[in-house]
Formats: sequence, structure tokens, C-alpha cells
Amino acid sequence: MGKVIVVTSGKGGVGKTTSSAALGAALAQNGEKVVVVDFDVGLRNLDLVMGAERRVVYDLVNVIQGEAKLTQALIRDKRVETLYLLPASQTRDKDNLTPEGVEKVIASLKKAFDWVICDSPAGIERGATLAMRHADVAIVVTNPEVSSVRDSDRIIGLLDSKTVKAENGERMEKHLLLTRYDPTRAERGDMLKVDDVLEILSIPLLGIIPESMDVLRASNLGSPVTLADEGSAPSRAYFDAVRRLRGEALPVTVPGERRGFFGKLFGRKAA
Amino acid sequence: MNLFRFFSKPQSAPAARERLQVLLAHERASAGGSDLVAKLKDEILRVISRHMQIDQDKVSVKMERGEQMSTLAVDVEIPFSAVKAAAGRKKAA
Repeated sequence: MGKVIVVTSGKGGVGKTTSSAALGAALAQNGEKVVVVDFDVGLRNLDLVMGAERRVVYDLVNVIQGEAKLTQALIRDKRVETLYLLPASQTRDKDNLTPEGVEKVIASLKKAFDWVICDSPAGIERGATLAMRHADVAIVVTNPEVSSVRDSDRIIGLLDSKTVKAENGERMEKHLLLTRYDPTRAERGDMLKVDDVLEILSIPLLGIIPESMDVLRASNLGSPVTLADEGSAPSRAYFDAVRRLRGEALPVTVPGERRGFFGKLFGRKAA
Repeated sequence: MNLFRFFSKPQSAPAARERLQVLLAHERASAGGSDLVAKLKDEILRVISRHMQIDQDKVSVKMERGEQMSTLAVDVEIPFSAVKAAAGRKKAA
């Protein structure tokens, strides 16, 4: 039976889709079967970030409504053969997601895959609550910025009350993924530090993804960053996060950018 | 003004941290319980009104969330006539 992970945040634009794709690809590179499910019905983007936008035929809503079989809607990644994508619908709205339908789809995915990653839409409404509903583990994606931290706090509250695990009186396993972190600005005192965010949200840290050009570069190319450039700083951070997800006790560090000689001389901005 | 301040703006992260701590302490107390408190108030009212007549507006249910434990305070004002009526009903039965 596979593990269901929800990647959620409350706030939009913090890196849920980027992280879902990157973690999915990193998990699948070890040969485990992974499916990344886009729950953002109406505004799908996971297909684009994963470079499969032209291969979408059927989607999650088609499967839920019985218009297509699950196997017809799943798209296999062209680079990693154990990585799959279940796209969201672009034309229908989120009302087409029914709790019963989502439950059935997740149950069948759990049987076929080792990891089911649910990429949640922003907000705290139907799409977001259905994405988290059947999760075993939650990854809360947060930027070191006030509005993102506040929304993450809200989402943590929902994870502890509106999920099947919470309703059964079990504890939802939650992890913080701090994205777009800039150690230089944090050191200068102009960005919340890792410890500040950890103290406020008080959930364990899964990883710190440094702010990096490589993330945008990868999405431009339609490739999860962990496939586009495995040695880049954000990729190394995602690979470490995946090792922690598997249960390894790995100290959390911020992987730095590799700079050449001139980069070292001139790359760092003046304080 | 010292030289350091002259060249750089004051740090903003400590302000962010402090504002968040105050705000979230408040939001956690209100958002987390609002639904539950309303439900509790409703059910408590129903149980009490089975035995005596009370004014719905004179019932206050408060939940305070602490770090180690939370407290639930129920404050019900019972008018003198309601106590008498309840006692009278008992005697008659």
C-alpha cells in the first residue's frame, strides 16, 4: 500500500507545484513508483511544469465522473519511467470533485503506487480540503514571509481537523518545507530565519530550498528541477528532503550555489 | 546616528516575527474553537432548558486555548423565577 502525501500551503505562488514535481521526480529516480496528482481543477499547471502539457487526454474529473478509466488518464513521464502524472481538468470547475470520487481514485492509486503526491490548489476551500483529506503525510510549503507563514498556520489547523486521519483521532504527520530561502538576506535580518518560522509553526523541518534561478530555468524547460539539473542547489535540497521523507535522520542544511572564481569574487551582494 | 545605520536600513525580520507571533496567538484562539464553541453552547442550552427556562442571551461559553491545556468556561445566568418553577414542578411530580 502506497503512502499518500499532500503538498499544501494555503497561500498561492509559494512553490507547491514546483515542489510536488521535484519531490515526485526525486522519489521516482530510486525506482519506486510515484504518481503526482494535480488537484487544482480549473487552473491546472502541474502538466506544464512536468512538460506533459501536450499529452493530456483525460483528467482527474473524467475519471471521477466515469468518463475515462484511471489508466487512460495517467501520463507516464518520458524521462523517468516510474513517474506518472494525473492531470487536473482545465475546463470544468472544482465542484466536479466529489468526496466519494476522490476517495475512490486515491484508494486505487494507493494500490498501484508506492507514493501518491497530491498537489493542492491554493486556498482553504473544496479543492484544498479534498487534496488533504486522505493524506498520510502533509508537506506544508512556506516562504519566509509573513502572509505565507500566516496561511500555513491556517492550513496546519485544517490538517488537524478536516482530514480522515484527524477525524479518526489519529495524528497527521506534518512537515515544513521552507522554499525561496535566501541565507544572505536572513543573515542580514531582512528575512525571517529558519528558526523563526520553525518556532512560529512548530512542525518538524523537511528541508530548506534556497531561492535559485535553477527553479525558473527548470520550469521554463518543462522539467522538475530534480531532473533538469541534479547537482543544482535546489535539487540537492529536494533530494535531501526525499531522504528525510523516507525516514533518514539527516541534518538540515541550506545547499549553497556553486560559484566559480569570479562568482566568488563578485557574486555576493554587499550588505 | 552611527555609521552602520547610515549605510543600511534597520532590520525588518524581527518585526515580522513579532507581528506574526501576536497575530497567530490571537487567530489560533478564535478560529480553532469558533465552530466547537457554537456547538457546545447550543447543546448546553438544550440540556438546561429541559429543566428550567433561561434567557439564551445570558449564557456565555468561552474557550481559552493555552499551550499545555485549554479551559472551557460556561456562565449561565438563572433567573429566580426559573428556579422556583423547576422546584415547583418537582414537588407536583
